[in-house]
Amino acid sequence: MIFAKDLPGRTRRRFLKGLLAVVASSLGLRAWLKTARAAAAADVAKWPKEAFAQKTEADAIKALYGKEAEVSDKVRLDAPEIAENGAVVPITVSSALPDVTSIAVLVSENPFPLASAYTIPPGTSAMVSNRLKMAKTSKVVALVESAGKVYSASKEVKVTVGGCGG
Amino acid sequence: MASTIRVRAVASGDNTEVQALVQHPMDSGFVKDAKGNLIPPHHIEVVEFVHSGKAVFTALWGPAVAKDPYVKFSFKGAQKGDDLTVSWVDNEGGSDSLVAKILSAAWPAWRWLCGCLVH
Repeated sequence: MIFAKDLPGRTRRRFLKGLLAVVASSLGLRAWLKTARAAAAADVAKWPKEAFAQKTEADAIKALYGKEAEVSDKVRLDAPEIAENGAVVPITVSSALPDVTSIAVLVSENPFPLASAYTIPPGTSAMVSNRLKMAKTSKVVALVESAGKVYSASKEVKVTVGGCGG
Repeated sequence: MASTIRVRAVASGDNTEVQALVQHPMDSGFVKDAKGNLIPPHHIEVVEFVHSGKAVFTALWGPAVAKDPYVKFSFKGAQKGDDLTVSWVDNEGGSDSLVAKILSAAWPAWRWLCGCLVH
């Protein structure tokens, strides 16, 4: 095995310098990879636990946004009139409102009304399509947070086979 | 191991439309198994979509999102060839991540079909 002390002076210096360079770059690379991966990784701390645990629509809206929603015709909720399968109900929420920062979807009659919420950074469209589980026939509510205020639209969706396994 | 995430991100002009399908049981905690015991809740909590180091969309999901969840959204500022990183974490600490390339709208359908299978 080559030990640095066995090499003649000049080669030794070059060897050590090379070794140092490799170690430094690998540390740098590892640190960069870690931050890149950390930045890309989903952060579980963002999950609004309180809001998802609420048992009524009003409480869920309050826990999520801290304010009441105002019905607006600028929020569009596309959902089927009748959902054949309550376990998979496709919905689309879109809005023409400016500066949309968040969209949320609630199913009033579900044991926990809040189904999903989305963070919309600037540059991202105010539109989201998703598939929900509905326990039974219920009002589905779409919430859109625009410029600090919350607007809503809702639609009654009939469910023939419930989505909660019952 | 194959990823649980399938993504199709198509850029058309300045706008990129992203569709993602994630394999996950999304157990609500309300369903009983064959023996009559409740299957505990096991669902994705956060899904993060990152482009150029910036989160372009974050999904916060509860147990009422359907099994093998699908989501579609669109954002501006990306181009064909850019990377889009998708990662999710669930309530049991499970997670997965995938980096997908943004395709152009002109990409022939059969090519992306093959690409999706490879993912």
